[in-house]
Amino acid sequence: MSSISQKTIHHYLRHKKKFPHVWCPGCSNGIVLGAVIRAIAELKYDKDNIAMVSGIGCSSRMPVYVDFNTLHTLHGRAIAYATGIKFYKPEMKVIVVTGDGDATAIGGNHFIHAARRNIDLTVILINNNIYGMTGGQYSPTTALGDRSTTTPYGNIDPVFDICELAMGSGATFVARTTAYHALEAQAFIKRALEHKGFSLVEIMSACPVIYGRLNHKGDAVEMMKQMKENAVPIAAYEKLIEEEKKNKYRRGIFRQIESPEYTEQYQNLIYSLQEKQGVQE
Amino acid sequence: MPKVRRSESKESNKNEIVPVLMQGNEAIARGALDAGLDFFAGYPITPSTEIAEILAHQLPRRGGKFIQMEDEIASIAAIVGASLTGAKAMTATSGPGFSLMMEGIGYAKMIETPCVVVNVMRGGPSTGLPTSPSQGDLMQSRWGSHGDAPAIVLYPDSVLESYELTIRAFNLAEKYRTCVVLLSDEVLAHMREAVTLPDIKEVKMISRIKPNVPPEWYRHYENNPKYRSPLASYGEGYRFHVTGLAHDPYGFPTSRPDEVSVMMNRLRNKVRHHINDLVQIESFMMEDATTAIFAAGITARAAKSAVRQLRRSGKRVGLLRPLTIWPFPDDAIRQHLINKKTIIVPEMNQGQLSLEIKRVMGSVWNYASLKTRKIIEIRKCNGELITPGEIISAVKEVKKDE
Repeated sequence: MSSISQKTIHHYLRHKKKFPHVWCPGCSNGIVLGAVIRAIAELKYDKDNIAMVSGIGCSSRMPVYVDFNTLHTLHGRAIAYATGIKFYKPEMKVIVVTGDGDATAIGGNHFIHAARRNIDLTVILINNNIYGMTGGQYSPTTALGDRSTTTPYGNIDPVFDICELAMGSGATFVARTTAYHALEAQAFIKRALEHKGFSLVEIMSACPVIYGRLNHKGDAVEMMKQMKENAVPIAAYEKLIEEEKKNKYRRGIFRQIESPEYTEQYQNLIYSLQEKQGVQE
Repeated sequence: MPKVRRSESKESNKNEIVPVLMQGNEAIARGALDAGLDFFAGYPITPSTEIAEILAHQLPRRGGKFIQMEDEIASIAAIVGASLTGAKAMTATSGPGFSLMMEGIGYAKMIETPCVVVNVMRGGPSTGLPTSPSQGDLMQSRWGSHGDAPAIVLYPDSVLESYELTIRAFNLAEKYRTCVVLLSDEVLAHMREAVTLPDIKEVKMISRIKPNVPPEWYRHYENNPKYRSPLASYGEGYRFHVTGLAHDPYGFPTSRPDEVSVMMNRLRNKVRHHINDLVQIESFMMEDATTAIFAAGITARAAKSAVRQLRRSGKRVGLLRPLTIWPFPDDAIRQHLINKKTIIVPEMNQGQLSLEIKRVMGSVWNYASLKTRKIIEIRKCNGELITPGEIISAVKEVKKDE
C-alpha cells in the first residue's frame, strides 16, 4: 500500500484546477478521498471508465477533485443518477460518494431500492452524524441525546444503523470502518469495487468543527482517538458484555455474498429476446 | 411529411398506406422508439402508464433499456444519468409525478443534458381527477422548477401529432441540450384514432453534436452564437465535471458573477434566439375571421369543430392553435390576432393561456382599441371536456353584441 506514491495520487486528482478543497480543518473527508484513490490505483482502473456520482453535502463535494467522469447531483439523488449511468453503460465503474443525511434521509428510498436491485454500484457513505454543509442539523445517524442546531435540547430521534439498513434491503456487500482505520477503509473500498453487485462501505468520520464542537467531543485528534477506541471489529464486539458495548460499534465486513446483478440480468434478457426474434425471422 | 408507412404485415406491399388504430399514449411510445429512444425510466401513474408498459415490452427487444424506478424523482434522475452516458432518454408521468420531477427537470436544464419528459395532464391540484383530462399544467411546465430556466414545451392535438411531436421533442432536446416537455392530456392519451404514420426514413432525426477536439481542449459548455455546443458522453475519454451549482465552461462550480451571467444568458438565449425554430402554430380559417379562438391540445379539436359549424352558418370565425406552448409564440400571435375583434380562449383550467394572451395582446392594443376588443375566457376544470357546443354558444353570444 505504501508503494502508491504521491505521483500516483496526483494522477487521479484534478489538483491543478481545484485545490484547495472546501473541507474544514480536521475533517475526515480528505482521508476517505485518499483511501478511494489508493484503492482505485491498486486496481489500476482506467480513469475514463470510472464515474463518480455524488449528491449534496460535505462528502458530496468529493467528485470535483478527482479526474474521473464526475457528476455532482441533487440532494439525495446520487444513487438514482448513478443507476441511470450504470444501467445504460454497465461496463463503467460507478462510484457513489454520499453522506448520512444525503443517503439515508432525503435519499433513503433510492438507497434501499438500489440495494434491493443489487445493481453494481459502489456506495461510499461518509457518516459524520450531522448535516455539516448547512451548519449542523441532526441527521438520521445523530445519536440519542446529541446536540445539533435543530436538537438544542438533545436528540430524541432513534438512529439508523446504515449497514443493517443496507443488508435488510438486500445489499450484497456491506462493510463499515472509520477514517481512523484509513488502510482498512482502502482495503474495504477495493473489495467493494471488485464486488459484483450493490456494495456499501460506510466510513465513520469526524466533524470536529461542527458535530464535535456542539457535543464537546474534543478536537480532530481527540475524535480520531474516539474512533480508534469505539469502532470494534465485529467478532470482538460480539464478545463484549452489554455495559462495554455502550458507545461502541462494529466495524468490518458484515456481508459479502454472490447474487445476480441487475444490469447483467437485464442484458441477459435482451440477448434472449433478440435470440428469439432471430429464430422467428 | 409523406403519408407512407412501413407496413407491419409481411404480406402487404411495402409502400402501401396502412392506417392503424392507435391510442395517443401508444403514438408517443412509437414516436419515441422511432426517434431512437435508448433508455426509459418511469413510475406508474394514470393516465400515462401505457407509455411505460409499451416501452417495457419494446425497448429490450431493440437492445434498449427500460427500468421502473422507485418514484418519479428517481425516474427523471435515471434518464439524465443515462443521457449523460450517451442515451436518448425519456420518462412519462402525470400531474403529481410531474410535480415531483420539477427539481430534476431544473437540474437537466442547468446541466444542459438532453431528455424528454412526457406529462399526460389529468385533473388537479393534488391527486385531483386521475382519469379525467385537464390543461392545468401549462404554467407549471414553464415555471415549475425554481430559478429562471428556459422551457421548451410542445402540445399536440391528435394521435398522429402525438407521434410527430414526440420525435420533435427528441430532436429539440438533442439540438438545444435541454429537457423538453411534451404535454398530452387524459383524452388525447386514451383516444384511439386511425393514423397513417410517416416513413421514418424520411423523418428528420437530430442527435447531439459530438466533440471533435482532444479531451484537454474540451469544454462541456461552449458559448457560441448558435448556442449549439458539442456534448461528450461519460466513458468517452473526456472526463468532464457536471454540477447543478453555477458553473464555468468546463463545468466546475463558480460563483464569479461574470461567469454566472454568461451561463444564465446561455440558458436563456438558446431558447430566445431560436424562437423561429421552436415555435409551431396552426392557423385555421383565420384570414377573414373577426372572431378568433385560441386553443391548444384536445380543446383545439373541439374549437376546430366549432369553427367548421359556425362557418357553415356564415360566421367569420377562425382558430389559432399553438403546437409549441413554450416559448410562447408572442410574435405569431400578435400577427394573427392584432386585427381581431374578439379572442375566445377556451381551456381546461382556471385561465392560464388567457393570461398569456392578455399579456401579449395588451402590449399591442392601445387603450382606445381595448374598448372595442374583447378577450373571452371559457374556463372549465371539472374533469369534462369543453364541447364544440360551448364554444359555439360563446361565439354566438359575442356576435349578438356586435
